[in-house]
Amino acid sequence: MTVHNIRHGDASDGAFAEAVGGRLSRVDGPAKITGAAKYAVEQQLEGLAYAVLVESTIASGKVRAIDTKAAKAAPGVLQVLTPDTIISLKTAADWFGTPPPDKPYCPLARDITFSGQHVAAVVAETFEQAVAAAALVKVSYDETPSIVDLSDGKAGDGIPIDAMTKEWGDAQGAFASAPVRICAAYNTPREYQAPMEPHGLIARWEGDRLTVWEPSQWLDGMARTYAEWFDVPFENVRLVSPYIGGGFGSKALALSHGAVAACAAKMLGRPVRLVMTRPQTFTGYGGRAATRQTVTIGADAQGNIQSIVHRGVNETSIDGMWVEPLGSVTSIMYATPNFSSKQNVVRVNSVVPGAMRAPGENPSAFGIESAIDELAYEVGIDPLEIRLRNYAEQDPHAKKAWSTRQLREAFAAGAERFGWSRRSPEPRSMRDGNQLIGWGVAAGTYPVRRAYGEAIVRILADGSVEVESSSIDMGQGTYTILAQTAAETLGVPADDVVVKLGDSRFPRAGVTGGSRLAGVMTGAVYKAATSALDQLVGLAISDPRSPFHTLQANTLVVANGRIASPRGDGPDVSIAELLKSVGRDHIEATGDTMPENSTPEERYKNYTTIAMALPHTEGDYSRHSWCAHFIEVRVDEDFGTVRVSRVVSALDSGRLYNPKLAESQWKGGIIMGIGQALLEEGIVDRRHGRIVNNNLADYLVPTNADIPDIEVISVGIPDLHSSVLGGKGVGELAIVGVAPAIANAVFHATGKRVRDLPITLEKLI
Amino acid sequence: MRDFSYLRANSLDAARQAAALPGAMLLAGGTTLIDLAKCGVAEPDSLVDITHLTGLNSIDVNERGATIGALARMGHVADHADIKSRFPAISEALWQAASAQIRNMATIGGNLMQRTRCPYFRDPMNFPACNKREPGSGCSAMGGVTRGHAVLGTSDACIAMYPGDLAVALVAFDAIVHLGERQIPVDDFFLLPGTTPDKEHAIEPGEMITAIEIPGTAAARRSTYLKIRDRQSYEFAAASAAVGIEFEADGRTIRDLRVALGGVATKPWRARAVEDALKGKGLEPDAVRAASLLAIQGAVDHGANHYKIELAPRVVARAILRLGETA
Repeated sequence: MTVHNIRHGDASDGAFAEAVGGRLSRVDGPAKITGAAKYAVEQQLEGLAYAVLVESTIASGKVRAIDTKAAKAAPGVLQVLTPDTIISLKTAADWFGTPPPDKPYCPLARDITFSGQHVAAVVAETFEQAVAAAALVKVSYDETPSIVDLSDGKAGDGIPIDAMTKEWGDAQGAFASAPVRICAAYNTPREYQAPMEPHGLIARWEGDRLTVWEPSQWLDGMARTYAEWFDVPFENVRLVSPYIGGGFGSKALALSHGAVAACAAKMLGRPVRLVMTRPQTFTGYGGRAATRQTVTIGADAQGNIQSIVHRGVNETSIDGMWVEPLGSVTSIMYATPNFSSKQNVVRVNSVVPGAMRAPGENPSAFGIESAIDELAYEVGIDPLEIRLRNYAEQDPHAKKAWSTRQLREAFAAGAERFGWSRRSPEPRSMRDGNQLIGWGVAAGTYPVRRAYGEAIVRILADGSVEVESSSIDMGQGTYTILAQTAAETLGVPADDVVVKLGDSRFPRAGVTGGSRLAGVMTGAVYKAATSALDQLVGLAISDPRSPFHTLQANTLVVANGRIASPRGDGPDVSIAELLKSVGRDHIEATGDTMPENSTPEERYKNYTTIAMALPHTEGDYSRHSWCAHFIEVRVDEDFGTVRVSRVVSALDSGRLYNPKLAESQWKGGIIMGIGQALLEEGIVDRRHGRIVNNNLADYLVPTNADIPDIEVISVGIPDLHSSVLGGKGVGELAIVGVAPAIANAVFHATGKRVRDLPITLEKLI
Repeated sequence: MRDFSYLRANSLDAARQAAALPGAMLLAGGTTLIDLAKCGVAEPDSLVDITHLTGLNSIDVNERGATIGALARMGHVADHADIKSRFPAISEALWQAASAQIRNMATIGGNLMQRTRCPYFRDPMNFPACNKREPGSGCSAMGGVTRGHAVLGTSDACIAMYPGDLAVALVAFDAIVHLGERQIPVDDFFLLPGTTPDKEHAIEPGEMITAIEIPGTAAARRSTYLKIRDRQSYEFAAASAAVGIEFEADGRTIRDLRVALGGVATKPWRARAVEDALKGKGLEPDAVRAASLLAIQGAVDHGANHYKIELAPRVVARAILRLGETA
């Protein structure tokens, strides 16, 4: 197949499941279902010791003293690490690769800036001994007042982030003179990725070589960080992460607990395992930052937007910086001649927030997609109609054409399937007994983040194929779509392709985040496989020992693992037979999507930082995925409980490499969005600055009973401006817009506008 | 988690003797005990495993009532045909409790011993003050995050909510807890916190729950358990009600009414005032709603849990009216 011959990415794509675009089931599924898949901390290593973290119980202040006497004397204890006893590390560069300050890094804290900060660690012969001894470590503090969260009186207005400012026209002036004006504030709480597999690792040193078995969304980035911390060559660090029990953005970086474990292993001269407890996963790294947004929209009497003024704030930590780009959807979803968006960040005593499925776009959409709904009611037109009336025909911010934008098609397909035209417009006008019924719509979008990757494709003597890449599969289906890509490109059955991922010894890849991996890696594998195929066919044509040598052919066809002439007038042999006849035990080719003539330095920087990712508005086009969610809720009029009873979402992720897996990811995003809308919130004890619902019984994520049938419709078309094979981002898109669609449905059901997530019953009772 | 000794009891007497020793705890399904051990609340010196005792997991139902052995699993009781037909509120309460995996492990006796989900109680490292855990140490919950705390039966010492479902239904239908030979009404088995929130049950060292007996009544036969919660499954009640009704021969006058509340009180909460207000009356929606307000007589909120005071009477009213509809 050539790139010119690409079919649509919907469910009708792909003549057979094993081709790109086919519905091949997850090739890693059986290993996971049967337990054969070995996760990071399941490695059985000789001499393994166990580390357990001790965390701060105050949110702000200094460690006065750490009494380790009792812990050291406890059975089985090998080591108690404190800021005074742990070995000194170097500060590593951040993920942009910014040169770090030349000062030591200590993963255990003396200065406390949040509750749950790592202050000490105990290493023992068994996990139970380490747990028991960790409880005996007595830490005393000099406590200082803390800033609890964004609503804390001491928090202030925060730091303006000028890079987030987006302005055109005269937004304030146009708003002042607009006949219809709405202005509202929208808040989202701290949310947590809550992957099933908690964060943890096994670290082992052999001389100055470090092996780390750790779930990772970015092997090369994390390997670089470990290498810089310990001041060893990058090549000396090996990250191993073949299977990952969910990441959602939280497993992309090497974190302080990893440094603690690697230090302990180095100091002890033994491999050390450290796994966070579930409560520690709420403070050991950051979830989604809490956000506040004010959205003002000025429009004419027909609902045509004249101006949008947007102000956003997100929380960050006392000494770390996290910007959740709140104007990202606001600035591109609707056509407006006048626009202003600005953002501040506010320092609070919390762990530095981090990436969580669609950082920025997710809360941004909650603001603008709620506000436009409010505008629809203010003007008195249908919430779907107002979106079409203000449809952005080009990127209003970048002033560039969309590469592809099938959002109008998404609205149409979703509305049709959902039955939107039967909606009764008035709030509280649909009910079933005690249940108030509401229908809401909202759009979502996510930019196409592009970066680079490498892969090796190896055709082995038996005709089977190996694909190797240091990219990863955290459940989204990388193993499967790369098998499909290699199978189709080479003309072999997907069953004959073994994809090996999750080892930093393999050809490199950038971060698996921002929904970029599938587009990057299918491109790299496609190129490597094409190159391998060229070699194979070249050998078959030119090698004197080849049965095709006498045919004088220009090319040959490889299909289903067999080689033949295009006209079918010559020999027909298996790949294995051909390789045997020409005396080769394998053919190997490397492919990458880097620019030609890239230097080794550029390659290293690309794979170990995010500095070289291409902007989504690079060149002539603005590239994004799009979606429209149509959601029905049922709200009990007495109890205020909200249940989602129907979801129809139409999505444009461009070409789908595997519709079955894309649909699964979309549904997962929608389910996570339902959780965000109705359940998820890190609740802080304001006196202690501590998250108290730090477990999966109290931090609620949806159960099966909370999730109705979800229908997803692909409306994408191949977008070759976005990726080699025409796909756009899948994983993050679908969560964007779910929460506002639910909030809008709740308003339609009840007449109450809830602008603070989650929409819990006391807000409606 | 500290080391403890483990004893597998081979007779009821042996179990009771071993459990009477200081620092000893009984181990049945383990679903609460292991959870509490992991968060550092339960630190037993010895565990007495009673899961191998025989004769304690039967479910006997006849005209007089039901007797459920202490080691019967929640899932088995929930799915028992006679429990479903004669005590629907019991079955429904169990079905809506915990998760399938927990119900398959947890026992009925252990269920009664389930402890509060108060996050301050469950985190000794960060919140040393807890009168329930360390008598006299204070209460960390008051002034803190109280969305899930009790509004009924609280004291100056403790506002921790009783989290269970089954016992709410048991209280409604006057179940009896068998502690070997000693038998006490389930309503008396659960203690108010008062000044001693550490003392949750009227059970003495050396005693063990052996069975629960539920009298067979017409009200139990027409009963339901309505549980309202943030999440549709695997979630504790925001407010719940166990309700049973017996009508007079006219089919509309209430002869007997049972109402108990969950998710709002420091113990399973019988609402006799609601029962008394409606007995002898017809099932008029307005009257039912007015009477249901009596369910939260004396309720005191601690800020974020105020919604429970609004919610609980509505849950009671809905449950009563729903039962009436099936008349």
